[in-house]
Amino acid sequence: MVMEDAEAPHHMLLLRNFMAQGLVLGQPLLYSSPARDPRGFLGTLPSPAASKDDKSRERDPDQEKGLRIAWQYKKYLGESQLDGQRDSKHEYSNEFDLRKPLERHFINGPRIDCVSIQDCPDLSTLRDRCATFLSQFPRNDGSISCAGRIAIQSFCAPQCAYSNMEWDMLSFIRYLKSMVRSSNSVAIITFPPLLSPSFCKRWQHMADTLLSVKAIQDEDKELAQLLTGYQDMVGFLNVHKVARINTQVPVILEATTFSIKLQKRRYLVLECLNQAPVDGSSGTSYGTSGGWSSSSKTGNLDF
Amino acid sequence: MNQRSSNLLDEALGLDEVIEPWPLRGQVVAIEDQVETSGSFVLHHLLKRSLSPNSSNVTIFIAFSQPFSHYDRILRKLGCNLVSQRDNSRFFFFDMLKLQCPDGDEGITPEGGLIALYGKIHKTISALPEISWKNVSIIIDDLSLMEVAANGSSDYVLDFLHYCRTLTSEFDCSLITLNHEDIYSSEDRPTFFIQMEYLADILIKAEPLATGLATDVHGQLTVSNKGRNKVSNFHFKVKENVVECFYPGRS
Repeated sequence: MVMEDAEAPHHMLLLRNFMAQGLVLGQPLLYSSPARDPRGFLGTLPSPAASKDDKSRERDPDQEKGLRIAWQYKKYLGESQLDGQRDSKHEYSNEFDLRKPLERHFINGPRIDCVSIQDCPDLSTLRDRCATFLSQFPRNDGSISCAGRIAIQSFCAPQCAYSNMEWDMLSFIRYLKSMVRSSNSVAIITFPPLLSPSFCKRWQHMADTLLSVKAIQDEDKELAQLLTGYQDMVGFLNVHKVARINTQVPVILEATTFSIKLQKRRYLVLECLNQAPVDGSSGTSYGTSGGWSSSSKTGNLDF
Repeated sequence: MNQRSSNLLDEALGLDEVIEPWPLRGQVVAIEDQVETSGSFVLHHLLKRSLSPNSSNVTIFIAFSQPFSHYDRILRKLGCNLVSQRDNSRFFFFDMLKLQCPDGDEGITPEGGLIALYGKIHKTISALPEISWKNVSIIIDDLSLMEVAANGSSDYVLDFLHYCRTLTSEFDCSLITLNHEDIYSSEDRPTFFIQMEYLADILIKAEPLATGLATDVHGQLTVSNKGRNKVSNFHFKVKENVVECFYPGRS
Protein backbone atom coordinates (compact mmCIF):
# COMPACT_ATOMS: atom_id res chain seq x y z
CA MET A 1 0.00 0.00 0.00
CA VAL A 2 1.24 3.48 -0.83
CA MET A 3 0.28 6.56 1.13
CA GLU A 4 -0.05 9.41 -1.34
CA ASP A 5 0.98 13.03 -0.91
CA ALA A 6 -1.72 15.54 -1.70
CA GLU A 7 0.86 17.98 -3.08
CA ALA A 8 2.36 15.79 -5.80
CA PRO A 9 1.31 12.69 -7.75
CA HIS A 10 4.52 10.73 -7.22
CA HIS A 11 2.51 7.59 -6.49
CA MET A 12 1.61 7.63 -10.19
CA LEU A 13 5.29 7.14 -11.07
CA LEU A 14 5.34 3.98 -8.97
CA LEU A 15 2.06 2.76 -10.46
CA ARG A 16 3.24 3.37 -14.02
CA ASN A 17 6.39 1.32 -13.48
CA PHE A 18 4.46 -1.43 -11.72
CA MET A 19 1.83 -1.69 -14.43
CA ALA A 20 4.24 -1.38 -17.37
CA GLN A 21 6.53 -4.02 -15.92
CA GLY A 22 3.66 -6.48 -15.60
CA LEU A 23 2.38 -5.90 -19.14
CA VAL A 24 5.83 -6.21 -20.66
CA LEU A 25 6.26 -9.55 -18.89
CA GLY A 26 2.92 -10.77 -20.16
CA GLN A 27 1.23 -10.65 -16.77
CA PRO A 28 -2.48 -9.81 -16.77
CA LEU A 29 -3.44 -6.55 -15.14
CA LEU A 30 -6.48 -5.21 -13.36
CA TYR A 31 -6.39 -1.44 -12.99
CA SER A 32 -8.90 0.56 -11.02
CA SER A 33 -9.09 4.31 -10.51
CA PRO A 34 -11.60 7.09 -9.73
CA ALA A 35 -11.32 8.34 -13.32
CA ARG A 36 -14.36 7.93 -15.52
CA ASP A 37 -12.24 6.18 -18.14
CA PRO A 38 -9.29 4.44 -16.43
CA ARG A 39 -8.15 2.96 -19.73
CA GLY A 40 -6.90 6.39 -20.74
CA PHE A 41 -4.16 6.11 -18.13
CA LEU A 42 -2.69 3.11 -19.93
CA GLY A 43 -1.50 5.45 -22.68
CA THR A 44 0.87 7.07 -20.20
CA LEU A 45 2.64 3.84 -19.27
CA PRO A 46 6.34 3.93 -20.12
CA SER A 47 8.21 1.67 -22.45
CA PRO A 48 11.16 -0.41 -21.24
CA ALA A 49 14.38 1.54 -21.36
CA ALA A 50 16.69 0.51 -24.18
CA SER A 51 19.53 -1.62 -22.88
CA LYS A 52 22.94 -2.33 -24.35
CA ASP A 53 21.81 -5.88 -25.22
CA ASP A 54 19.18 -4.55 -27.61
CA LYS A 55 21.86 -3.42 -30.02
CA SER A 56 23.43 -6.84 -30.12
CA ARG A 57 20.07 -8.34 -31.04
CA GLU A 58 19.87 -6.47 -34.33
CA ARG A 59 20.12 -9.06 -37.04
CA ASP A 60 22.96 -8.98 -39.49
CA PRO A 61 21.81 -10.54 -42.80
CA ASP A 62 25.35 -11.56 -43.68
CA GLN A 63 25.69 -13.39 -40.39
CA GLU A 64 22.49 -15.36 -41.02
CA LYS A 65 23.87 -16.94 -44.17
CA GLY A 66 26.33 -18.83 -42.03
CA LEU A 67 23.63 -20.09 -39.63
CA ARG A 68 22.44 -22.91 -41.83
CA ILE A 69 20.79 -25.26 -39.40
CA ALA A 70 19.12 -23.02 -36.85
CA TRP A 71 17.72 -20.48 -39.24
CA GLN A 72 16.33 -23.10 -41.59
CA TYR A 73 13.45 -23.24 -39.15
CA LYS A 74 12.51 -19.74 -40.29
CA LYS A 75 11.06 -21.29 -43.43
CA TYR A 76 8.61 -23.36 -41.42
CA LEU A 77 7.73 -20.95 -38.62
CA GLY A 78 7.57 -17.80 -40.67
CA GLU A 79 9.44 -14.55 -40.22
CA SER A 80 6.67 -12.67 -38.44
CA GLN A 81 6.07 -15.34 -35.82
CA LEU A 82 9.75 -15.44 -34.96
CA ASP A 83 9.80 -11.67 -34.61
CA GLY A 84 6.81 -11.82 -32.31
CA GLN A 85 8.43 -14.47 -30.16
CA ARG A 86 11.66 -12.55 -29.96
CA ASP A 87 9.88 -9.32 -28.99
CA SER A 88 7.70 -11.01 -26.37
CA LYS A 89 10.71 -12.25 -24.46
CA HIS A 90 11.51 -9.38 -22.18
CA GLU A 91 13.96 -9.69 -19.38
CA TYR A 92 12.80 -8.59 -15.95
CA SER A 93 13.72 -4.92 -15.59
CA ASN A 94 12.89 -1.97 -13.40
CA GLU A 95 14.04 0.59 -15.94
CA PHE A 96 11.45 2.35 -18.01
CA ASP A 97 11.63 5.36 -20.31
CA LEU A 98 8.96 7.82 -19.22
CA ARG A 99 9.25 9.75 -22.45
CA LYS A 100 8.46 6.76 -24.60
CA PRO A 101 4.95 5.33 -24.31
CA LEU A 102 4.43 1.62 -24.05
CA GLU A 103 3.82 -0.05 -27.41
CA ARG A 104 0.17 -0.36 -28.31
CA HIS A 105 0.11 -4.12 -28.59
CA PHE A 106 0.84 -4.34 -24.86
CA ILE A 107 -2.06 -2.05 -24.02
CA ASN A 108 -4.61 -3.37 -26.45
CA GLY A 109 -4.28 -6.96 -25.35
CA PRO A 110 -7.20 -8.88 -23.84
CA ARG A 111 -5.42 -9.40 -20.55
CA ILE A 112 -6.16 -5.97 -19.14
CA ASP A 113 -9.25 -5.17 -17.12
CA CYS A 114 -10.01 -1.55 -16.21
CA VAL A 115 -12.57 -0.61 -13.56
CA SER A 116 -13.80 2.86 -12.76
CA ILE A 117 -14.77 3.28 -9.11
CA GLN A 118 -16.07 6.81 -9.44
CA ASP A 119 -19.76 6.06 -9.75
CA CYS A 120 -19.85 2.86 -7.74
CA PRO A 121 -22.27 3.23 -4.78
CA ASP A 122 -20.42 0.48 -2.98
CA LEU A 123 -17.48 -1.83 -3.44
CA SER A 124 -19.34 -4.92 -4.61
CA THR A 125 -18.50 -4.33 -8.29
CA LEU A 126 -14.80 -3.90 -7.63
CA ARG A 127 -14.85 -6.88 -5.29
CA ASP A 128 -16.47 -9.10 -7.92
CA ARG A 129 -14.09 -7.94 -10.66
CA CYS A 130 -11.10 -8.64 -8.42
CA ALA A 131 -12.44 -12.09 -7.55
CA THR A 132 -12.95 -12.94 -11.23
CA PHE A 133 -9.52 -11.63 -12.12
CA LEU A 134 -7.73 -13.50 -9.33
CA SER A 135 -9.49 -16.76 -10.14
CA GLN A 136 -7.11 -16.99 -13.12
CA PHE A 137 -4.11 -17.46 -10.83
CA PRO A 138 -4.90 -20.16 -8.30
CA ARG A 139 -2.04 -21.14 -6.09
CA ASN A 140 -1.20 -24.80 -6.59
CA ASP A 141 1.71 -26.79 -5.33
CA GLY A 142 3.18 -26.88 -8.81
CA SER A 143 5.06 -24.21 -10.67
CA ILE A 144 3.66 -20.75 -11.32
CA SER A 145 2.41 -20.59 -14.89
CA CYS A 146 1.24 -17.02 -14.74
CA ALA A 147 1.06 -14.20 -12.21
CA GLY A 148 -1.40 -11.34 -12.04
CA ARG A 149 -1.12 -7.71 -10.97
CA ILE A 150 -3.78 -5.49 -9.45
CA ALA A 151 -3.30 -1.73 -9.30
CA ILE A 152 -5.89 0.31 -7.41
CA GLN A 153 -5.23 4.02 -7.54
CA SER A 154 -6.49 6.54 -4.97
CA PHE A 155 -8.78 4.03 -3.32
CA CYS A 156 -10.59 6.40 -0.93
CA ALA A 157 -10.65 9.45 -3.20
CA PRO A 158 -13.57 11.78 -2.33
CA GLN A 159 -15.13 11.51 -5.79
CA CYS A 160 -15.88 7.86 -5.07
CA ALA A 161 -19.39 7.40 -3.69
CA TYR A 162 -18.24 4.91 -1.07
CA SER A 163 -15.39 7.12 0.23
CA ASN A 164 -17.12 7.77 3.56
CA MET A 165 -17.86 4.07 4.13
CA GLU A 166 -14.71 3.42 6.13
CA TRP A 167 -15.58 -0.02 7.45
CA ASP A 168 -16.64 -1.19 3.98
CA MET A 169 -13.30 -0.10 2.56
CA LEU A 170 -11.50 -1.96 5.33
CA SER A 171 -13.58 -5.05 4.60
CA PHE A 172 -12.65 -4.81 0.94
CA ILE A 173 -8.93 -4.55 1.70
CA ARG A 174 -9.16 -7.51 4.07
CA TYR A 175 -11.01 -9.52 1.43
CA LEU A 176 -8.54 -8.58 -1.31
CA LYS A 177 -5.63 -9.46 0.94
CA SER A 178 -6.99 -12.94 1.62
CA MET A 179 -7.65 -13.49 -2.10
CA VAL A 180 -4.17 -12.32 -3.11
CA ARG A 181 -2.54 -14.53 -0.46
CA SER A 182 -4.19 -17.60 -1.90
CA SER A 183 -3.30 -16.78 -5.49
CA ASN A 184 -0.21 -16.03 -7.58
CA SER A 185 -0.75 -12.31 -7.69
CA VAL A 186 0.25 -9.02 -6.17
CA ALA A 187 -1.82 -5.91 -5.51
CA ILE A 188 -0.82 -2.29 -5.05
CA ILE A 189 -3.30 0.14 -3.50
CA THR A 190 -2.58 3.85 -3.24
CA PHE A 191 -4.65 6.09 -1.04
CA PRO A 192 -4.74 9.86 -0.45
CA PRO A 193 -4.28 11.29 3.06
CA LEU A 194 -8.00 11.73 3.68
CA LEU A 195 -8.71 9.04 6.23
CA SER A 196 -9.23 9.70 9.91
CA PRO A 197 -6.06 9.00 11.96
CA SER A 198 -7.54 5.84 13.48
CA PHE A 199 -8.61 4.37 10.15
CA CYS A 200 -5.35 5.38 8.54
CA LYS A 201 -3.60 3.30 11.19
CA ARG A 202 -5.92 0.37 10.46
CA TRP A 203 -5.00 0.57 6.77
CA GLN A 204 -1.32 0.74 7.63
CA HIS A 205 -1.57 -2.39 9.76
CA MET A 206 -3.36 -4.22 6.95
CA ALA A 207 -0.58 -3.56 4.47
CA ASP A 208 2.04 -6.25 3.98
CA THR A 209 4.43 -3.64 2.59
CA LEU A 210 3.78 0.00 3.38
CA LEU A 211 5.29 2.93 1.47
CA SER A 212 4.68 6.64 1.38
CA VAL A 213 5.67 9.32 -1.10
CA LYS A 214 6.28 12.93 -0.32
CA ALA A 215 6.86 15.99 -2.46
CA ILE A 216 9.92 18.19 -2.13
CA GLN A 217 9.45 21.92 -1.97
CA ASP A 218 11.17 23.82 -4.72
CA GLU A 219 14.13 25.88 -3.65
CA ASP A 220 14.32 24.47 -0.14
CA LYS A 221 17.66 25.95 0.87
CA GLU A 222 17.91 23.86 4.01
CA LEU A 223 17.51 20.61 2.09
CA ALA A 224 19.80 21.84 -0.67
CA GLN A 225 22.53 22.26 1.92
CA LEU A 226 21.80 18.93 3.53
CA LEU A 227 21.49 16.60 0.56
CA THR A 228 23.71 15.78 -2.37
CA GLY A 229 21.92 16.00 -5.71
CA TYR A 230 18.94 17.88 -4.27
CA GLN A 231 18.34 19.75 -7.52
CA ASP A 232 17.55 16.46 -9.31
CA MET A 233 15.07 15.23 -6.71
CA VAL A 234 11.31 15.47 -7.12
CA GLY A 235 10.31 13.76 -3.89
CA PHE A 236 10.96 11.16 -1.22
CA LEU A 237 9.90 7.56 -0.89
CA ASN A 238 9.64 6.15 2.63
CA VAL A 239 9.54 2.44 3.38
CA HIS A 240 7.56 1.98 6.60
CA LYS A 241 7.06 -1.75 6.57
CA VAL A 242 8.24 -4.70 4.47
CA ALA A 243 6.18 -7.87 4.03
CA ARG A 244 6.89 -10.70 6.44
CA ILE A 245 5.21 -13.74 5.03
CA ASN A 246 6.05 -17.12 6.56
CA THR A 247 8.55 -15.44 8.88
CA GLN A 248 8.47 -13.49 12.13
CA VAL A 249 11.78 -11.71 11.54
CA PRO A 250 11.34 -8.03 10.70
CA VAL A 251 13.16 -6.59 7.71
CA ILE A 252 15.47 -3.85 8.93
CA LEU A 253 16.67 -1.76 6.00
CA GLU A 254 19.88 0.22 6.07
CA ALA A 255 17.86 3.24 5.07
CA THR A 256 14.13 3.75 4.86
CA THR A 257 14.05 6.99 2.92
CA PHE A 258 14.93 7.20 -0.74
CA SER A 259 15.03 10.16 -3.06
CA ILE A 260 12.85 10.05 -6.15
CA LYS A 261 14.69 11.37 -9.16
CA LEU A 262 13.83 11.64 -12.82
CA GLN A 263 17.14 11.04 -14.51
CA LYS A 264 17.36 13.04 -17.75
CA ARG A 265 13.62 13.52 -17.18
CA ARG A 266 13.16 9.99 -18.52
CA TYR A 267 14.04 7.40 -15.93
CA LEU A 268 12.62 6.97 -12.47
CA VAL A 269 15.50 6.43 -10.06
CA LEU A 270 15.30 5.72 -6.35
CA GLU A 271 18.45 6.44 -4.39
CA CYS A 272 19.53 6.27 -0.81
CA LEU A 273 20.03 9.73 0.53
CA ASN A 274 23.56 11.06 0.82
CA GLN A 275 24.35 13.91 3.08
CA ALA A 276 26.14 16.80 1.44
CA PRO A 277 29.62 17.60 2.74
CA VAL A 278 29.61 19.91 5.70
CA ASP A 279 31.15 23.32 5.10
CA GLY A 280 34.11 23.16 7.47
CA SER A 281 34.61 26.91 7.42
CA SER A 282 31.22 27.56 9.02
CA GLY A 283 32.06 25.39 12.03
CA THR A 284 28.64 23.68 12.03
CA SER A 285 28.45 20.01 12.90
CA TYR A 286 26.20 17.20 11.66
CA GLY A 287 24.23 17.30 14.83
CA THR A 288 23.25 20.91 14.43
CA SER A 289 22.70 21.06 10.68
CA GLY A 290 18.98 21.16 11.29
CA GLY A 291 15.91 19.50 9.82
CA TRP A 292 17.31 15.99 9.94
CA SER A 293 16.36 13.39 12.46
CA SER A 294 17.73 9.87 12.70
CA SER A 295 14.59 8.67 14.43
CA SER A 296 12.22 6.84 12.13
CA LYS A 297 9.43 7.70 14.52
CA THR A 298 9.46 11.46 14.20
CA GLY A 299 11.78 12.48 11.36
CA ASN A 300 11.22 12.59 7.65
CA LEU A 301 14.68 11.56 6.64
CA ASP A 302 16.54 8.43 7.56
CA PHE A 303 19.98 7.88 6.18
CA MET B 1 22.63 -17.48 25.89
CA ASN B 2 19.45 -18.50 24.12
CA GLN B 3 18.04 -20.26 27.16
CA ARG B 4 18.83 -17.30 29.39
CA SER B 5 17.50 -14.68 26.96
CA SER B 6 14.14 -16.37 26.39
CA ASN B 7 13.69 -16.63 30.18
CA LEU B 8 13.26 -12.88 30.54
CA LEU B 9 9.96 -13.11 28.72
CA ASP B 10 9.10 -16.43 30.32
CA GLU B 11 10.06 -15.04 33.74
CA ALA B 12 7.80 -12.06 33.29
CA LEU B 13 4.93 -14.36 32.31
CA GLY B 14 5.57 -17.02 34.93
CA LEU B 15 6.53 -19.59 32.28
CA ASP B 16 10.11 -20.04 33.45
CA GLU B 17 9.35 -22.81 35.91
CA VAL B 18 6.81 -25.58 35.45
CA ILE B 19 4.39 -25.46 32.53
CA GLU B 20 2.07 -28.20 33.73
CA PRO B 21 -0.54 -27.22 34.68
CA TRP B 22 -0.45 -24.28 32.27
CA PRO B 23 0.69 -21.25 34.33
CA LEU B 24 -1.51 -18.87 32.35
CA ARG B 25 -4.71 -20.82 33.04
CA GLY B 26 -7.66 -18.66 33.94
CA GLN B 27 -5.86 -15.51 32.75
CA VAL B 28 -6.36 -12.99 29.99
CA VAL B 29 -3.15 -11.96 28.22
CA ALA B 30 -3.36 -8.90 25.97
CA ILE B 31 -0.52 -8.23 23.53
CA GLU B 32 -0.36 -4.73 22.04
CA ASP B 33 1.86 -3.50 19.23
CA GLN B 34 2.26 -0.74 16.64
CA VAL B 35 2.88 -0.45 12.90
CA GLU B 36 6.59 0.13 13.51
CA THR B 37 7.00 -2.88 15.80
CA SER B 38 4.90 -6.00 15.44
CA GLY B 39 4.06 -8.04 18.53
CA SER B 40 3.15 -11.17 16.61
CA PHE B 41 6.37 -12.87 17.71
CA VAL B 42 5.01 -12.89 21.29
CA LEU B 43 1.96 -14.73 20.01
CA HIS B 44 4.18 -17.29 18.28
CA HIS B 45 6.28 -17.69 21.44
CA LEU B 46 3.22 -18.31 23.61
CA LEU B 47 1.83 -20.73 21.04
CA LYS B 48 5.07 -22.68 21.07
CA ARG B 49 5.14 -22.72 24.88
CA SER B 50 1.54 -23.87 25.11
CA LEU B 51 2.24 -26.77 22.72
CA SER B 52 5.40 -27.82 24.49
CA PRO B 53 5.99 -31.61 24.51
CA ASN B 54 6.19 -31.39 28.31
CA SER B 55 2.64 -30.17 28.61
CA SER B 56 -0.79 -31.47 27.69
CA ASN B 57 -2.06 -28.03 26.75
CA VAL B 58 -4.60 -27.64 23.98
CA THR B 59 -4.71 -24.46 21.88
CA ILE B 60 -7.61 -23.03 19.92
CA PHE B 61 -6.23 -20.49 17.44
CA ILE B 62 -8.66 -18.02 15.89
CA ALA B 63 -6.93 -16.53 12.84
CA PHE B 64 -8.20 -13.34 11.27
CA SER B 65 -4.78 -12.23 10.08
CA GLN B 66 -2.83 -15.02 8.37
CA PRO B 67 -3.49 -18.42 6.84
CA PHE B 68 -2.46 -21.66 8.51
CA SER B 69 0.61 -22.05 6.28
CA HIS B 70 2.09 -18.82 7.63
CA TYR B 71 1.95 -19.96 11.28
CA ASP B 72 2.99 -23.47 10.36
CA ARG B 73 6.20 -22.28 8.71
CA ILE B 74 7.07 -19.91 11.52
CA LEU B 75 6.43 -22.46 14.26
CA ARG B 76 8.46 -25.12 12.43
CA LYS B 77 11.47 -22.83 12.63
CA LEU B 78 10.71 -22.44 16.33
CA GLY B 79 10.70 -26.21 16.70
CA CYS B 80 6.98 -26.88 16.79
CA ASN B 81 5.03 -28.88 14.19
CA LEU B 82 1.50 -27.48 13.99
CA VAL B 83 0.35 -30.11 11.50
CA SER B 84 1.13 -32.98 13.85
CA GLN B 85 -0.28 -31.05 16.82
CA ARG B 86 -3.46 -30.55 14.80
CA ASP B 87 -3.57 -34.23 13.96
CA ASN B 88 -3.12 -35.07 17.63
CA SER B 89 -6.03 -32.79 18.58
CA ARG B 90 -3.81 -30.46 20.57
CA PHE B 91 -4.13 -27.61 18.09
CA PHE B 92 -7.41 -26.38 16.62
CA PHE B 93 -7.12 -23.75 13.87
CA PHE B 94 -10.18 -21.64 13.04
CA ASP B 95 -9.55 -19.89 9.71
CA MET B 96 -11.45 -16.58 9.88
CA LEU B 97 -9.71 -14.85 6.98
CA LYS B 98 -12.82 -14.68 4.88
CA LEU B 99 -15.40 -14.39 7.64
CA GLN B 100 -17.52 -11.33 7.07
CA CYS B 101 -20.63 -10.42 9.00
CA PRO B 102 -22.61 -7.82 7.04
CA ASP B 103 -25.54 -6.01 8.58
CA GLY B 104 -28.40 -8.41 8.35
CA ASP B 105 -27.76 -9.57 4.78
CA GLU B 106 -27.71 -13.31 4.17
CA GLY B 107 -29.00 -13.78 7.68
CA ILE B 108 -25.58 -13.34 9.23
CA THR B 109 -25.43 -10.34 11.54
CA PRO B 110 -22.21 -9.26 13.22
CA GLU B 111 -23.68 -10.41 16.50
CA GLY B 112 -24.89 -13.69 15.03
CA GLY B 113 -21.55 -14.42 13.38
CA LEU B 114 -19.62 -13.92 16.61
CA ILE B 115 -22.14 -15.91 18.62
CA ALA B 116 -21.65 -18.77 16.19
CA LEU B 117 -17.89 -18.49 16.62
CA TYR B 118 -18.23 -18.55 20.41
CA GLY B 119 -20.47 -21.58 20.12
CA LYS B 120 -17.84 -23.36 18.04
CA ILE B 121 -15.15 -22.63 20.63
CA HIS B 122 -17.36 -23.80 23.49
CA LYS B 123 -18.23 -26.98 21.62
CA THR B 124 -14.57 -27.71 20.89
CA ILE B 125 -13.60 -27.32 24.53
CA SER B 126 -16.57 -29.32 25.80
CA ALA B 127 -15.63 -32.19 23.50
CA LEU B 128 -12.18 -32.47 25.08
CA PRO B 129 -11.55 -34.85 27.98
CA GLU B 130 -12.39 -33.08 31.23
CA ILE B 131 -8.80 -33.38 32.36
CA SER B 132 -7.77 -31.11 29.45
CA TRP B 133 -10.16 -28.29 30.35
CA LYS B 134 -7.68 -26.61 32.66
CA ASN B 135 -5.01 -26.58 29.98
CA VAL B 136 -6.77 -24.80 27.12
CA SER B 137 -5.49 -21.61 25.52
CA ILE B 138 -7.60 -19.52 23.19
CA ILE B 139 -5.48 -17.29 20.95
CA ILE B 140 -6.98 -14.54 18.76
CA ASP B 141 -4.94 -12.90 15.96
CA ASP B 142 -5.97 -10.11 15.90
CA LEU B 143 -8.80 -8.13 17.48
CA SER B 144 -8.71 -5.17 15.08
CA LEU B 145 -9.46 -7.53 12.20
CA MET B 146 -12.26 -9.10 14.22
CA GLU B 147 -13.77 -5.62 14.35
CA VAL B 148 -13.47 -5.39 10.55
CA ALA B 149 -15.11 -8.80 10.16
CA ALA B 150 -17.92 -7.53 12.40
CA ASN B 151 -18.21 -4.47 10.15
CA GLY B 152 -17.15 -2.11 12.89
CA SER B 153 -19.49 -3.43 15.58
CA SER B 154 -16.96 -3.09 18.40
CA ASP B 155 -19.69 -3.65 21.01
CA TYR B 156 -20.36 -7.14 19.66
CA VAL B 157 -16.65 -7.88 19.62
CA LEU B 158 -16.43 -6.78 23.23
CA ASP B 159 -19.41 -8.98 24.10
CA PHE B 160 -17.67 -11.86 22.41
CA LEU B 161 -14.53 -11.26 24.47
CA HIS B 162 -16.61 -11.12 27.65
CA TYR B 163 -18.11 -14.48 26.74
CA CYS B 164 -14.62 -15.85 26.12
CA ARG B 165 -13.67 -14.40 29.50
CA THR B 166 -16.35 -16.58 31.09
CA LEU B 167 -14.55 -19.59 29.63
CA THR B 168 -11.51 -18.66 31.68
CA SER B 169 -13.58 -19.17 34.82
CA GLU B 170 -15.84 -21.98 33.60
CA PHE B 171 -13.05 -24.09 32.12
CA ASP B 172 -9.96 -22.33 33.52
CA CYS B 173 -8.85 -21.51 29.96
CA SER B 174 -6.39 -18.78 29.13
CA LEU B 175 -7.29 -16.11 26.59
CA ILE B 176 -4.45 -14.53 24.59
CA THR B 177 -5.18 -11.66 22.20
CA LEU B 178 -3.19 -9.40 19.89
CA ASN B 179 -4.28 -5.87 19.05
CA HIS B 180 -2.76 -2.66 17.69
CA GLU B 181 -2.45 0.10 20.27
CA ASP B 182 -1.77 2.89 17.77
CA ILE B 183 -5.17 2.42 16.11
CA TYR B 184 -6.98 3.38 19.28
CA SER B 185 -4.58 5.97 20.66
CA SER B 186 -5.77 8.36 17.96
CA GLU B 187 -9.47 7.81 18.72
CA ASP B 188 -11.49 10.29 20.74
CA ARG B 189 -13.09 7.58 22.84
CA PRO B 190 -11.07 4.36 22.70
CA THR B 191 -13.67 2.49 24.74
CA PHE B 192 -13.00 -0.89 23.20
CA PHE B 193 -9.29 -0.67 23.83
CA ILE B 194 -9.58 0.58 27.38
CA GLN B 195 -12.03 -2.19 28.22
CA MET B 196 -9.67 -4.77 26.77
CA GLU B 197 -6.79 -3.46 28.86
CA TYR B 198 -9.04 -3.56 31.91
CA LEU B 199 -9.93 -7.20 31.22
CA ALA B 200 -6.30 -8.26 30.85
CA ASP B 201 -4.47 -9.92 33.72
CA ILE B 202 -1.19 -9.60 31.84
CA LEU B 203 -0.47 -6.75 29.42
CA ILE B 204 2.43 -7.08 26.98
CA LYS B 205 3.37 -4.00 24.95
CA ALA B 206 5.74 -4.19 21.99
CA GLU B 207 7.10 -0.78 21.05
CA PRO B 208 9.91 0.62 18.95
CA LEU B 209 12.91 2.13 20.66
CA ALA B 210 12.93 5.90 21.01
CA THR B 211 16.01 5.89 18.77
CA GLY B 212 14.22 4.03 15.98
CA LEU B 213 14.86 0.69 14.32
CA ALA B 214 18.18 -1.14 14.55
CA THR B 215 19.53 -4.46 13.33
CA ASP B 216 20.61 -5.59 16.81
CA VAL B 217 17.56 -4.45 18.74
CA HIS B 218 14.11 -4.73 17.18
CA GLY B 219 12.17 -3.06 19.96
CA GLN B 220 11.23 -3.15 23.60
CA LEU B 221 8.71 -5.18 25.55
CA THR B 222 6.89 -4.04 28.66
CA VAL B 223 5.14 -6.81 30.55
CA SER B 224 2.68 -5.76 33.25
CA ASN B 225 1.67 -8.78 35.30
CA LYS B 226 -1.18 -7.71 37.57
CA GLY B 227 -1.25 -11.03 39.40
CA ARG B 228 2.39 -10.76 40.38
CA ASN B 229 2.20 -6.97 40.75
CA LYS B 230 5.27 -6.74 38.57
CA VAL B 231 6.32 -4.69 35.56
CA SER B 232 9.23 -5.85 33.42
CA ASN B 233 10.87 -3.93 30.60
CA PHE B 234 13.53 -5.28 28.27
CA HIS B 235 14.72 -5.17 24.69
CA PHE B 236 14.28 -7.91 22.14
CA LYS B 237 15.63 -9.19 18.85
CA VAL B 238 13.50 -11.53 16.78
CA LYS B 239 15.18 -14.42 14.97
CA GLU B 240 13.74 -17.27 12.97
CA ASN B 241 14.28 -19.87 15.67
CA VAL B 242 14.24 -17.81 18.87
CA VAL B 243 13.48 -14.43 20.42
CA GLU B 244 16.39 -12.94 22.29
CA CYS B 245 15.41 -10.76 25.23
CA PHE B 246 17.93 -8.71 27.15
CA TYR B 247 18.18 -5.68 29.35
CA PRO B 248 19.32 -2.44 27.66
CA GLY B 249 23.06 -2.42 26.98
CA ARG B 250 23.41 -6.18 27.17
CA SER B 251 22.63 -7.40 23.64
